[in-house]
Formats: sequence, structure tokens, C-alpha cells
Amino acid sequence: MSERLRRMRKNGVFLALPTILWLVIFFVLPLAVVLVFSFMSRGRGGVAIMPFTLGHYERAFGIFMIILQRSISLAALATVVCLVIGYPLAFFISTRRRRVTRQIALFLVILPFWTNFLIRTYAWRILLGEEGVINGFLLGIGLIDDALPLLNTQFAVLVGLVYGFLPFMVLPIYASVERFNFRYVDAAQDLGANELRVFIRVVLPLTLPGVLAGCALVFIPSVGAFVTPDLLGGTKGLMIGNLINKQFGGSGNMPLGSALSIVMMAVVMLSLLVYVFANRRQARA
Amino acid sequence: MKKLTLLVALLCLLASAAMADDMEYEPWACPEGYEGQTLSIFNWSTYIAEDTVPNFEAACGVTVNYDIYESNEAMLARIRQGNPGYDIVVPSGGTVQRMAEESLLIPLDMAMIPNVANVIPDLLGAAYDPDNMYSLPYQWGTVGVGYSTEVFPDGISSWEQVWAHDGPVAWLDDRQTMLGIAHLFLGNDPNTTDADEISAARDYLIEHGGNVVAVAADDGQVLLERGDVDIAVEYNGDILQISWECECDDYAYAIPEEGSNVWIDNLSVPVDAPNPELAMVFIDYILDAKVGADLTNYIWYASPNQASIESGFIDEEILNDPAIFPPPEQVANLFAIIDVGAEAEELINNAWDELLIFLGQ
Amino acid sequence: MSLDASAPRLVNEAAMGRNRAVRRLGTLGLWLNPAFAYFFLWAPIVILVLFSFNASRSVASFTGFTLKWYNNILNNVMGAERAFSTEIMLSAFRNSLFVGVIATAIATVLGTMIALAMARGRFPGKGLIDGLLFLPVVIPEITQAISLAIFFKVAFDWIATISGERILPGFHTIILAHVTFNISFVAIVVRARLADMDPQLEEAANDLGANPWRTFWRVTFPLILPGVVAGALLAFTLSLDDFVITFFTSGVGTSTLPVFVYGLLKLTVTPEVNAISTIMMVLSTLLIGISLALQGRAASRT
Repeated sequence: MSERLRRMRKNGVFLALPTILWLVIFFVLPLAVVLVFSFMSRGRGGVAIMPFTLGHYERAFGIFMIILQRSISLAALATVVCLVIGYPLAFFISTRRRRVTRQIALFLVILPFWTNFLIRTYAWRILLGEEGVINGFLLGIGLIDDALPLLNTQFAVLVGLVYGFLPFMVLPIYASVERFNFRYVDAAQDLGANELRVFIRVVLPLTLPGVLAGCALVFIPSVGAFVTPDLLGGTKGLMIGNLINKQFGGSGNMPLGSALSIVMMAVVMLSLLVYVFANRRQARA
Repeated sequence: MKKLTLLVALLCLLASAAMADDMEYEPWACPEGYEGQTLSIFNWSTYIAEDTVPNFEAACGVTVNYDIYESNEAMLARIRQGNPGYDIVVPSGGTVQRMAEESLLIPLDMAMIPNVANVIPDLLGAAYDPDNMYSLPYQWGTVGVGYSTEVFPDGISSWEQVWAHDGPVAWLDDRQTMLGIAHLFLGNDPNTTDADEISAARDYLIEHGGNVVAVAADDGQVLLERGDVDIAVEYNGDILQISWECECDDYAYAIPEEGSNVWIDNLSVPVDAPNPELAMVFIDYILDAKVGADLTNYIWYASPNQASIESGFIDEEILNDPAIFPPPEQVANLFAIIDVGAEAEELINNAWDELLIFLGQ
Repeated sequence: MSLDASAPRLVNEAAMGRNRAVRRLGTLGLWLNPAFAYFFLWAPIVILVLFSFNASRSVASFTGFTLKWYNNILNNVMGAERAFSTEIMLSAFRNSLFVGVIATAIATVLGTMIALAMARGRFPGKGLIDGLLFLPVVIPEITQAISLAIFFKVAFDWIATISGERILPGFHTIILAHVTFNISFVAIVVRARLADMDPQLEEAANDLGANPWRTFWRVTFPLILPGVVAGALLAFTLSLDDFVITFFTSGVGTSTLPVFVYGLLKLTVTPEVNAISTIMMVLSTLLIGISLALQGRAASRT
């Protein structure tokens, strides 16, 4: 490597500097402000005032735990459902023989994403309502006698989360399957492994990075979801995102909202740590 | 035959002349000098007629920015963070008081609002703004029960029916109103600031809210319309709007006999408004007899405008509807929300959070 | 979004391997799942489009076919007629495009720069920068939204006390926020492309005496361009679709389409909103379709 190239590489830091600066100002600093806010007292109208207090964290870990737990379990469930639907789907897409078919199949997953997220979620209100399409159909074929309460339930939120984030699962898995060399499968089969064995010992480990990335990409936005429970959940599907939003919606409690979002962020970070360790162990094994 | 036709025509002509005489209505004229300026309005959603703003723009030669909010709290939050540039906001009574105390409103210039003479005198000088320094009424109404007439053919007359209903119910995401209703049952002042009383009201609501599937922020009527709930605690106009749109008798509105909330929404000018003068002109415009009547005919809330009511511009149907203009004996049962101060505000906020958490259990 | 950014590969062998694999894995019942998945993904869209032709304003029951809502939008675009609500919606749509284009442009430049620096540069603290880049992707959106809202308030208050100049939130705050959450996404996509690229090409160009600037524009940039385009498209999509962060950082008259739609959703959605979503979807389908067709032609020529 030439001296010039080496110097250029060292100078790379200057190339990174504007972006770093940007992220420090508009990302790190705001988060620091939130952290400070979360320890301040609530003033008139929900603003943050002195003195410092731990009260909001007490509340966050007290009564709000119910909703936090619900958010985590709904998000985890949504992740599992996305995986169950998304993994075979990604496989299906990437194993289409013709490039055009593959592209169209992938395109059909992405295209719904070009409609507004709110409207897509809202469409489920029409589908799940008491006089909605699904109840209408089930009543029509005589499977049920009374409309099922589908909307304003945790089930509705789950459907909305899966619907909203499914492509986040499909795309990374698709990418890892794309890279996957099918000759490994042939080799394993030539060596006499059956299909299940091939899948567990060869296909799954090689596509696992995509799976893990997909899980993270679905789980994280699901935990903090606010629009989906707001439109579909009602009182039973209330999630932590809704309560955080409320604290900032005037005569709320901004310090409490800050504390809640710090706690939520901690949950996400913890689950990411688990993910990183799982990844490492997987790589070592 | 010809004679008869002529007679009829003449009679019609006379009648119309007499009517015109009666009203002496002159269309609202915009004062000079505002051409090319901009006015920014921050109003509740579905709370204005289709042509109210375009007509104003045409009359004054101005441009209007129009944003919407769904609760006093949401609007308050935006203004508290520093007015992002609105000239007009529409706070309810208690919120006017709170905003005035926090110096978030600027005094109105009555000299620029001659149409203040059109306002029903009883609606001026309310407790939240005794001298109307900061506010003039926009519309007024009540919180009550919107219900499906199919599920309740005999109507609803008591909150007990709401609590006891075996089917989905939506409440209104208006903490002071909902807690206030519970206070009525507990024999407390609806605007109490006592911590124990607020906790008791919260517990009362949690106990009676087992059938609540949604605490809706101003969209309960949509849930009712689509059959997702049988009862929606809502503002009267919202329920009336859906009955009007469907042209049917499927929905009705009632104020339960135990009482409920009455509110007045007001036109106010927030602090740091970029164009307060044009805001005064707009307030004057809204208080015009015809403009105010058109507004009421479209959004189905009670008009505070005496001139609109007397001029006959407002549809008879609306004037005679007890759900819009409640009879006096009902008005006596209604409570207004006032500002409760910082401490009670926090208690109420906490109680409401806890209510939301436990309702979904 | 790039649909197939992979490098040329040994088509025949891969296809053969694929062939056999499909046969075998296909027997595991892989057909039923995609059928369900596509139905699941598309049913709401079909409903959405269907109701854009609904004669009544209701979105709960279909009462008859009409083109009224499209007509309203068209009339407004043409300036033939002004309906107040449609006017607001169209201005929200324009705001969305405006914010999207500017935020995407800035984020693409910044994201590409840091991706290049991270992939090719040798300097200390890269682990830390990695974390910094990773965080905006993994942090819950609502946390980022409130942090920016609070930050802008605190910063603007501060500026007001120092200079007496009052800054209001508006397009600038939305754009700053959008750039912030987009940088990481662009950087990730571009880095993936850079990782696939052989650094020896650049070294060769360097050995041949090209200066860094020339090397970048002649060698690196053309090679990473698909990644940059993919990153930009992703950023644009995210920007157009973002509600939560925009909601918390917008000012007067700067409502973007999602913010406007949210206001409506809480009430009745008029079929006009469905109509404009349908139009957006058709437009993007056409755009992607055309680019696919062009790619296909280019591929068949080589």
C-alpha cells in the first residue's frame, strides 16, 4: 500500500466528521436532555422544573410496569409471528428461478409499504370492525352467529404490528438467502442428510444472521409502537408508546414521559445485548 | 289563470321584500389593508364549515393556514412549547382561564370586533374570563351519551345505564369531564382539588368501566357509527353530525339526568401571534350573524350568536333540537370545568394514567 | 429500494442448485405460506383502493361506484375548483415531498461520507462511531421524537434569551429530524455495498497515479452508486412515511401528509385520502416498474 493511500485512510476521519457532528448535535444531545428531564420534577402544565427527583422512575417501575410488560410481550409475539410468516416467504421469493419472478415477488412485499403506514393500519379498522369485512364474511358463511369483537383488542394490535413490520423480517432474510449458496444443500444431501437435517444443520445456521437482524428490526419498533395501538388497540391494547405520547400531549408530565422512554430504551438495549451475545455464541459454535 | 299566477308572483315578491326588510342583513365586509397577509388558525377537528375559511380569504384577500387538534391538552402543549405561529386558537372555558394565568393569551381588542354585540349576553362574562379580556364564545355544547337506537330503543336517561351496559362502550378522553361525572355520583364538587376525592372518582370509574373498549379522543362518534361500540360518551355535535350524515335515526344523543358537562369553546389569540390584528378581524367575521349561522348549520353545535338565531339564518331543525339547545331544566344540572391549579392538575393526570392502565386489565 | 443489487454470479450453477432446492424444500409445503402471506399483505390494500371508489363518505360500507374523489383531487391540482379540505390535503402532500427530497439529499451525502470513511479509513474510535450510527436505527421512534421536541424547545429558548431572536419550529426542524434518522439507514446500505466491493480496484487506480478525488469519482462512486441510490430511496420512503417524529417536530402550516392523515383518521377518513394513497401507490409502482424494465433491458443486452 502506498504512503499516499495510507495517509488518505487516516484522513478518512475528516470525511466522517460532519456526520459525527450532526449525530452528536441532533441525536446524542437531545437524548442527554431527555435523560436530564427524566430526573426533574413536574411543573405546571407538565413541564420539567427543578429540583431533581427519582419519583418518575418509581412510577415507571411501579404501576406502568403492567403496560411495559404488555408492550414487550406483544412485540415479542409480533416478532415470532413475523418470523413464522416471513421466513418461508423470504425463502419462497429467493428460490424463484427467474430473476424477474423473484423481483416481482419481492416487489409485491415492498409495494404495500409505499402506501402510508397510517392508512395501511387504518385499513385494518375497516377489516376488523364489528360491521367490518371479516365479521361480515364469517357471519355470511354462517360460521358465527354474532360479530366477534376483533377491534380494540390485543389481537388487533398484534395483527397491526405484524402487518406493519413484516417486510422488515422478510428483507434481511431474503438478503441472507440470496447470498446462500445452494450447493451446500446439494453437498449435504449427497452426503446423505435428510431434508430436515439439511435445514437445521445447513440452511438455518447460514441464514441465521438474516433471521436475527429481522427479529431485531421487528421487535424494536414494535415495543415503542404508538400509532398501531392507538388506532387498533382501544383500552385493552394500550401500549407504553401511547402513555409516553400522553405525557407530552399537554397537562401531561414531560419528566415522567422522559423517564418512561428511557426505561423503554433500556429494555430495547438489553434485548439487543441478548441478541449480540446470541450472535457471538452462534458464530463460535 | 293568468291573474292568479300574477297574484302569486306578486305575493312572493312582497314576502321576500318583507323578509329582506326584516333582516337588514349586510354581508360582512373586511376592513381594508390586510391584502396579502397570512392568518394561522389552530382549531378542533371537524369544527368549521367548508366555506368559512375560503370566504374569509376571499373577503380579505388573505391566506389562511389551518391546522387541527383534538383536545385542549394537545393545543395547550403546542402553545406552551412556544407558540409555533398561530394567530387563533379555540380553547374551552377552563383552558382559557389556565392559558390566561400562564400568560399564553393576549387581550382582545374589542374596538376591532364590533360584532361582539351579536353574542348572547348570558354567554359573556363567564367565570373563566369575567371581562372577556381574552376570549369570545365560538360555539357551546354539552358532553353526553351518544347511543345506538337499535340497542336502546327506549333511549338512555341515566349514567347507570352506561355503566351497566353489557356491550362495548367508548368514553371520552377528557379527564376533567369524566372524573367530574364520577364526582357527581360521589357527591363531590366536579372541580374538586382534593386528592382523596380524585382517587375515589378514579376508583369509581375503574369499577364501572369494565365495558369500556376505547377511551376515544374526540372520535367516539366514528366508533359508534361503525358499530364498534353501542354507546359513546361524546360532545353533542359529534353525535348529531353522524346522524345527519347517515340521514337515519340509528343514533341518538342524551344528557343523562344525573347531569353532565357543559362547555363553551372560545376564540382567543395566543401570545406571540404573528398577526394579532388579522386575528381580531377573523373573530369579528366569525361573530357575524350569517357566518355564525352557516357555521352552526354545518357543524351542529349551539351558536352563541343571538343575531344568528334571531335572523332565522339557523335551520329551524337545529334551533328546536333539545340535544343542541338543551331545555333550561337540563341546563341546571350541567357543570362547567374550571381550572384546578397545578397541584390538582398533577393529581388528575396521575389518576387518568392509572385509569387507562387499569381499564384495559 | 434496490431489488437485486447482487454482483454477477455463476448463473447456471446457482440456478441448478436452486432448482433442486426448490424441488425439495417445496415439498415442505412452502406454497401455502406465501399464498397466505401475500393475501395478508394485500387484502387491506385492496380494501383501501376499493373504498377510494365508494360513493358515500363512509369507509364502513360500500354503497356504489364513483370517481368523485379522484375528480376532486384532479380539480384541485388543476386549480379549477377549491375545496377547503382537499386543498389542505394537497398542501400536506406537497410538504411531504418537499421535506422528503431535501432530507433525503442531505442524509444521502452525510450517510455516504461516513460509510466511506468507515469502510476505507483507518482511524481510532471506529467502534464508538459504529455505535453512534447504530443507535438511531434501534432506538424507539417515540423516544427520538420526544428527545428532538424537547431539544428544539430548549435550544430555541436558549437562542431567544441570548439573541432575542425567536425561532419557531417549521420545515427546518422537520428536515433536521428526518436527516438525523435517515443518515444511519443510508450509511448501512452504502456500507453493505462497499463491503462487497473489492478495495483493490481503488488501490489499482491509486497505483496508476489517480488522486483520491479522481479515484473516488472514477472508480469508487460508479461502483457504489447502486448502494447510494438504494440508500436514498430508502431514506425517501422513510421520510415520506414518517409520522411520529414529524408530529413532534412540525410547526404551523408544515403538516406533512402523515400528520394530516392522522388528524383525519381520528375522525372519519374520507375516501379522498384513500384516493390519494391509491394515486401514490400507482405512481410508485410505475416508477419501480419502469426501472425494472430498464434493468431488464440492460441485462439482456450484456
